[in-house]
Amino acid sequence: MEQPLYLIPLFPLIGFLLNGLLLGRLGKKTISFIACTSVGLSFLFGLKFFFDLLSLPDTARIIENVFFTWIPAGQFHVNVAFLLDPLSAVMVLVVSGVSFIIHIYSIGYMHDDAGYGRYFTYLNLFVFSMLMLVLADNYLLMFVGWEGVGLCSYLLIGFWFEKKSASDAGKKAFIVNRIGDFGFLLGMFIIFWQTGSLDFKTALDPAVAHSVFAVGGGMITAATLLMFLGATGKSAQIPLYVWLPDAMEGPTPVSALIHAATMVTAGVYMIARSNVLYMMAPATMAVVAIVGVATAIFAGSIALAQNDIKRVLAYSTVSQLGYMFTACGVAAFSAGIFHLMTHAFFKALLFLGSGSVIHAMAGQQDMRYMGGLKKRMPITFWTFLIATLAITGIPGLSGFFSKDEILWKSFSSDYGSIWIWLIGLITAGMTAFYMFRLVFLTFYGEERMDSHTREHLHESPKVMTVPLSILAVLSVIGGYVGIPHILGGDNRFEKFLEPVMKGVHHSVEGEHALASAAHNGSTELILMVGSVVLVAVFIYLAYHFYIKNIAAAGKLRQRFSGLHKIIYGKYFVDELYNAVIVQPLVVGSKFLWKIFDVLIIDGFINGMAVIIGDMSTGLRPAQSGILRTYTTIFLVGVIVILGIVLIFG
Amino acid sequence: MIPIGHFLILSAMLFAVGAAGVIISRNLLIMLMSIELMLNAANLAIIAFSRMNNIVDGHVFVFIVFAVAAAEAAVGLAIIIMIFRNRESINADNFSLLKR
Amino acid sequence: MENQILTLVTFFPLMGIILLLFVPKTRHDTIKAVSFIVAFINLLWSIWMYAMFDPVASGMQFEVNIPWVSGFGIHYHLGIDGISLLLIMLTTILSTIVMISSWNAIKTGVKGYFISMLLLETGMIGVFVSLDLFLFYVFWEAMLIPMYFIIGVWGGPRKIYAAIKFVLFTMFGSLLMLVALLYLFFMYHGYTGEYTFDMLKMYEMPIPLGAQTYIFLAFALAFAIKVPIWPFHTWLPDAHVEAPTAGSVILAGVLLKMGTYGFIRICLPMFPEATLQFVPLISILAIIGIIYGALVAMVQRDVKSLVAFSSVSHLGFVMLGMFALNLQGMEGSVIQMINHGISTGALFLIVGMIYERRHTRMIADFGGLSKSMPVFSTFFMIVTLSSIGLPFTNGFVGEFLILLGTFASNKVYAVLGATGVILAACYMLWMLQRVIFGKITKPENENLKDLDGREKLVLIPLVILIFWIGIYPKPFLRRMEPAVNDILSRVEQAKVKLAEMENKTDPVVYEDDRQLGTVEIEGE
Repeated sequence: MEQPLYLIPLFPLIGFLLNGLLLGRLGKKTISFIACTSVGLSFLFGLKFFFDLLSLPDTARIIENVFFTWIPAGQFHVNVAFLLDPLSAVMVLVVSGVSFIIHIYSIGYMHDDAGYGRYFTYLNLFVFSMLMLVLADNYLLMFVGWEGVGLCSYLLIGFWFEKKSASDAGKKAFIVNRIGDFGFLLGMFIIFWQTGSLDFKTALDPAVAHSVFAVGGGMITAATLLMFLGATGKSAQIPLYVWLPDAMEGPTPVSALIHAATMVTAGVYMIARSNVLYMMAPATMAVVAIVGVATAIFAGSIALAQNDIKRVLAYSTVSQLGYMFTACGVAAFSAGIFHLMTHAFFKALLFLGSGSVIHAMAGQQDMRYMGGLKKRMPITFWTFLIATLAITGIPGLSGFFSKDEILWKSFSSDYGSIWIWLIGLITAGMTAFYMFRLVFLTFYGEERMDSHTREHLHESPKVMTVPLSILAVLSVIGGYVGIPHILGGDNRFEKFLEPVMKGVHHSVEGEHALASAAHNGSTELILMVGSVVLVAVFIYLAYHFYIKNIAAAGKLRQRFSGLHKIIYGKYFVDELYNAVIVQPLVVGSKFLWKIFDVLIIDGFINGMAVIIGDMSTGLRPAQSGILRTYTTIFLVGVIVILGIVLIFG
Repeated sequence: MIPIGHFLILSAMLFAVGAAGVIISRNLLIMLMSIELMLNAANLAIIAFSRMNNIVDGHVFVFIVFAVAAAEAAVGLAIIIMIFRNRESINADNFSLLKR
Repeated sequence: MENQILTLVTFFPLMGIILLLFVPKTRHDTIKAVSFIVAFINLLWSIWMYAMFDPVASGMQFEVNIPWVSGFGIHYHLGIDGISLLLIMLTTILSTIVMISSWNAIKTGVKGYFISMLLLETGMIGVFVSLDLFLFYVFWEAMLIPMYFIIGVWGGPRKIYAAIKFVLFTMFGSLLMLVALLYLFFMYHGYTGEYTFDMLKMYEMPIPLGAQTYIFLAFALAFAIKVPIWPFHTWLPDAHVEAPTAGSVILAGVLLKMGTYGFIRICLPMFPEATLQFVPLISILAIIGIIYGALVAMVQRDVKSLVAFSSVSHLGFVMLGMFALNLQGMEGSVIQMINHGISTGALFLIVGMIYERRHTRMIADFGGLSKSMPVFSTFFMIVTLSSIGLPFTNGFVGEFLILLGTFASNKVYAVLGATGVILAACYMLWMLQRVIFGKITKPENENLKDLDGREKLVLIPLVILIFWIGIYPKPFLRRMEPAVNDILSRVEQAKVKLAEMENKTDPVVYEDDRQLGTVEIEGE
């Protein structure tokens, strides 16, 4: 079916151009009206096309829209063309929906900022790029969005560019992402030269893929691993996760939108999109799962000891993204996307809530100087609590369904293993602990802020609390589209995505995994209950240490002071990268410049010049400049030559 | 008919006078005139040979040399005048800037 | 008129010079206006030419072939294909822009400066339109003279050193080229009995492999110095740092492209067998250039020399793509030549703009310009991003096609080349951060005037081109495709020929074909 899909990303683009070109000439009201309306229109068009999609029969749910030919070069041919299938439809709705809510919230949050217009300009550009990313019908156009969101992330992290740390963080994000993009590019090259196309329709057709790649072969493994490198960059996985915590230098709504809900999930989307290829490379699948689960527990453990409210949430995001990759790695792509969606709701809510707190605390982000905010900011508190319950996986809330689905798949799938499940489970416990630690430190206990801040504590304005409430509702009900069979649902979400997940159904193992999943009902229930109990235990632990017996937390910290230092220092990975990669590169470059360029090459050339100059200095006296000498020599020469000719000739 | 040797001896003497003039004199003007003398010595020899062998080529050559000599004199004199204006001297020994 | 369009575009700037001779040298504004108008009209001519160009036809168009020095077989032979068409467009656009940009920058010797600029334009276009090797050589050398003066007279503190270095490097290469050129001339005579310098005729001459190697090397050295390929690049940073802004723009934008154009017009089609043999050498030097240029750029303290080293890196991409010897690589390479002209040209213009305000180019002297000059910073960022190769800007199309093509011919080269993409982000963003972000630390930077209308006028066309090529490169790619295919088909033929030669000397083949092929072998 052909539909004008370009309408979806068009409006944010218009908004970006309007706000960008007229920067400094528009009032605040106009700016936010343009920005919010454009994203709102995107969402509405997204909804319209989503219903168009639903009206199609299950197997034919594809809407296409070829816009124009972008790069033609011989057999290489790429269009600017859009594709709406169930997967991109979910992404479009999540992206435009959450973006819209966060745009509204930003009106309140950024109200007094000098860079108000610039902020909304960047934000619109981001939404445009993100929509390009999810709507693209080929890898190259996806890459456009991929780099585009990276650019916006760079601009927005460094939004307060006068702060050195902010512009440093932006630069770091861009460069680390570039390392990932390097992998993405090379992966695209392999896919193109093997399948002859970068269009999803051709390159991701199981028939085509199976005809050019051998299952488990070197080419497909290399291609998928390289693409995964791209995903680790964008979605902050080991080893390229280091930029995300620093990215918290940006305004909080940006952290919510870009670094929690949408952009960082692009890697998960890309892998789910490429499921056909990934299912053909079991080695890559194992790498994805292991990296995912390792990131989950690694980042989760760092989050345990951080004091900055946004950093806790940042590491929590990294950890949750790890879950999504684990899901992809165990061939449960739909579960990964499901978690992506629910995570978008509750993590955006958590960030916005923390933004509301920071707003009230006049910029203070350290939880050691908060406390007791529950009474002061009731709406923020309650919505924040709902999100916390959702992320920890309390039954009935959205996070429970998606996280449980992942844990179950990592246990039951043929690609999974009990170890992956176990690490995932421990991470779930950690999540419960650090999230409730955050809640207790921020909203309970005594008020530890100074008196000046205390007097100015206030609930945020409506323009901020209403978005919080909407997201809270979504965090609760978001999971009900994917209730697992065991709880009496029929997992409509997974079924909706099924047509896209051709890889899973094409491979025999995939079928097998699904079949075995259906048969182990009682195991699934036991595991589910087990994880809920574990979560409850960890919540109690957090309660014990941070409400009931505050001294115990301090004692614990003292007893394991070494361990605490390592975790608090984030395992010193940044320092390691700096010492091993950055410093040698800079020093080596200086060497190349000063020694090789200036000394050796130029030295050689200038040396030649000096030698020639010296030689001519020796010959210089011969040119006396006295004409008579020249004439005499000339005459003598003639006579000598004549004489020689006469005598010998 | 005057034998060819007479012409050649005259030509050689004229040339020797010209060459001596260029070598000995320090005055640029005299040097220039000496060069003219040498050129004309060559002309004389050429014309003599040309007459002896009854070939007109020599005449043509001489005309070309005349033309060159005229041009040379014009340019040379102009240069000398410029030098004199700038330096108040036409002594060739004063213009040895190439020497260190 | 249509037949003489190339002559018109090439020599129109000379008419401007004649006009300028009648303007008194104190009438600065008149001189500037005349040169701008001449350059602009020439741009219009070239646009007209672009419109008349048949995008699908292969071979040369608008050909003119008149005997010039018929005794030596020298012809006034002009003609363009898609590749030269685009480079001519680049030249006329940059020349026009440069006229506006030097409006306030040049204070002394205004007349001489603009005459040099117009002369330079003729020289550059001449190189791109010549189809006669002698004519090519004449333009190639003629272009040196005005550039020498532009650097040497209107340059910075070490201008004499830079100008002489520039001329000596280039001369050294072009002398070898002259020898090779004469060798070809006599070889063609020996082969057909005809004296000619005509490139198109020489394309058809079968040159023995041994001779090809030497002639290729002679030409390649001349072009490599001009590109510049590592390690012949050291004249470039000096020349750029010392040259006035407009000089840098033309130098980076067009002059460097003469080297790459020489490769594509002469080396590849004329010596295809030698080209095939030298693929590893040139590719490896190109990769070293990409990485080396990027690394050294990272630690520069002067913005201009940073951009100069980034040119080394970018031109490495151009060479890498060209020697991938496939359609994608070569099209990427040609489009990257254009891109580099636009993006690096714009970067130099931007550097020139802050130099005019602050009289320094040291990175450490800036910081926080985003606050005092927001418009300037926006332009700076857009251009930087295009230089990094962000999708939907021109740099991406070029780099992507180059790496795509290279990947097909050699995966290792592509992987190594692609690291340049990461490094580019490092040095460019680091520079950007230190110049426009951060707090204003120097009081001089606080009250800098933002860009005025003239400066915006200079940059806007380039920014439009950046996005045009990035979003809709089809018109450009379409026009160069026939030309690229022509060159590639020559290389393909050479590949077949080389393979045949190898088979003939291959003992295994003899053994297999012993019974069948005895007679034929004797016939050899």
